[in-house]
Amino acid sequence: MEKTLYTITVFSENTVGVLGQVTVIFTRRGINIETLSVSPSAIKGIHKFTITVYSNLDQVTKVVQQIDKRVDILKAYFNTDDELIFQEIALYKLATDKLLAKGSIEEWIRKYHIRIMEMNETFVVFQKAGHYEETQQLFDELSESIGVLQFIRSGRVAITRSKVERLTDMLNTIQEKYGDLTD
Amino acid sequence: MIEKQILGSHALIQSLLNEGVDTIFGYPGGAIMPVFDALYDFDKRVNHILTRHEQGATHAAQGYARVSGKVGVCLVTSGPAATNTITGIGDAMIDSTPMVVITGQVGAHLLGTDAFQEIDVVGITQPITKWSYQIRKAEDIAWAVARAFYIARSGRPGPVVLDITKNAQFEKVDFEYKPCTFIRSYIPIPEVSNTQIEAAAALINQAKKPFALVGQGVILANAEEELKAFLVKANIPAAWTLLGSSAMSTDFELNKGFLGMHGNVAPNIKTNECDVLIAIGMRFDDRVTGDLSRYAKQAKIVHLDIDFAEINKNVKVDAPVLGTAKDTLPALTEKILPAKHTEWIESFKEYDDQEFEKVLQKEVYPTTGEITMGEVIHRVTEATNNEAILVSDVGQNQMMAARYFKYTKTRSSVTSGGLGTMGFAIPAAMGAKMGAPDRTVCMFAGDGGFQMTIQELGTIMQEQIGVKMVILNNHFLGMVRQWQEMFFEERYSFTKMQNPDFIAIAKAYKIDGKEVHVREELDAAIADMLKDDKPYLLVVNVEMKGMVYPMIPTGASVSDVLLGDEKSN
Repeated sequence: MEKTLYTITVFSENTVGVLGQVTVIFTRRGINIETLSVSPSAIKGIHKFTITVYSNLDQVTKVVQQIDKRVDILKAYFNTDDELIFQEIALYKLATDKLLAKGSIEEWIRKYHIRIMEMNETFVVFQKAGHYEETQQLFDELSESIGVLQFIRSGRVAITRSKVERLTDMLNTIQEKYGDLTD
Repeated sequence: MIEKQILGSHALIQSLLNEGVDTIFGYPGGAIMPVFDALYDFDKRVNHILTRHEQGATHAAQGYARVSGKVGVCLVTSGPAATNTITGIGDAMIDSTPMVVITGQVGAHLLGTDAFQEIDVVGITQPITKWSYQIRKAEDIAWAVARAFYIARSGRPGPVVLDITKNAQFEKVDFEYKPCTFIRSYIPIPEVSNTQIEAAAALINQAKKPFALVGQGVILANAEEELKAFLVKANIPAAWTLLGSSAMSTDFELNKGFLGMHGNVAPNIKTNECDVLIAIGMRFDDRVTGDLSRYAKQAKIVHLDIDFAEINKNVKVDAPVLGTAKDTLPALTEKILPAKHTEWIESFKEYDDQEFEKVLQKEVYPTTGEITMGEVIHRVTEATNNEAILVSDVGQNQMMAARYFKYTKTRSSVTSGGLGTMGFAIPAAMGAKMGAPDRTVCMFAGDGGFQMTIQELGTIMQEQIGVKMVILNNHFLGMVRQWQEMFFEERYSFTKMQNPDFIAIAKAYKIDGKEVHVREELDAAIADMLKDDKPYLLVVNVEMKGMVYPMIPTGASVSDVLLGDEKSN
């Protein structure tokens, strides 16, 4: 079956073991997590997960419902790339001597919008933000020409193109109904 | 109300009392000893039942919860005790049974060090609980217990695990108890949507051949009367799932029987003939639906459920109705028009007659040959005026019991449906009897399942729990043998059993019993079993190669029902 890359967004309480609760739901159905990023959200005490998986609409719908129904999860939903603005960040560690031997690096810097994070006698660290294909393209080019000593890419972070923040809507509804939101 | 500082162990018991707990099934051990010590002081207020294995404690708590509607409670120690509860926890999860399991844990300073009897209980149980939480300090006890009970009993019920470290049991704490009524990330009961009700009612109102499927959701919502009013108003025939059994009394005129793999012929066939299928508090389990691609494709599907994750999970739904059946059924009843579906309802009869002739005649009313499983169930239920609680194990005994046990009251059926746990019956029957002491509890198990938790006879002896136990002994793991006969060329690989003298074992536990070999002895033995409220074991030697029919083989459509006469055709 044709698979699409879905971005799943999960808002959870910041309690011990929530990540485990979320990941086992993928494990049960044998779904690989492509990228995962977890951090505090804009709302104090609430954490936001951004998870990408290759799946199909039927499966991703069910998985997201099963995540959403967990007690510690406030809200879970999914989007396709066209509904999102998303980004990843990558760091590339390169040997200084090889980089210098290459001569001019202006072309790379212009082409890839590279930021230089650190430079010393032994190594240089490039930083590039972008979509997966873009960070990968730079990696491929660097590997081929001078070699990459170390490479790391972050999980995806994403925000939706729609005006509404679904979590805020939900919290507002609960607040209207129950008043106090503190647990 | 602030009381003086008390020990964490006392705070735990006090919290349980605040939640109305009066019965605990448990087993003491190192990491839970302070709580058991505290229990000694609460002897008059809490009835603790010492089971013979922690798995028994969980199934007993399940049986207790299923018949009473209250939360079942287990109290065990850490490590192996905690892992012994896993089967019961998983069983309660898949069968939506409210249960709180409290496990002891090593002191917080030892966590993560592979200390003696340390195991990651929260990690193990998270996927099979509604909530699993480790209490590491005494001040969390009241909060966690309140939350645990709220989560276990609200919405779609389920098991909760509280793993309490030993230091939390020893620490002193200012005790103040506040029941939990709200968790912002958890909406237990969706509000009824009028739009959804209107859409569902519109489908039902234009139906010529409506058919309702009744699941445990009706029982969990205490919505049996609401269900009846709904079905009667629009004259809708209904059938039930394994866990939905006893939601409708057997003689209710619109009750058309048991669904699924070993269900009645008519409701399975009619699933694929109806024009509107109304599923109420059931989850379209594969044992009910058979092949999904050939399941009720001709019908519009209305699905009432409390759990949004069940909608469209297995069957695509045309009109979902979220909420508790207690709210949604009356809302729907108000919007539906009175109707008569006489012809449609009469069309079930042809299949009932066929099933009677081809299956029941020889299974339930045999006059010659060996005793059959079906006739034992039938005679026991009749002898109780169909007023007893049924507790069954798993396998042929379970399917026979589901088919032939009859009900006049709700919450009268306790069985392991989703997980299919052999060994469930004895401890679950104990719990059921504790939860409904005034009722007769009839347990049926095979010779295999009975031996999986046979040690609980010790609990029955010690507590004098008046359960009526029936072993349908065919000297085989009967359901597996049936499949071997049907699908594995009669290669009976490891299904034959040499059994002990069950009556002698019962006698060793001071439990009365009788063994029956021939039909003529059966009624007298049943009468002897039911003569008082004491525990009793009845062993009935039934035909060795009995088969459960009708049967829809795995992967077949609900229209393809086997009646057991196929070979001769």
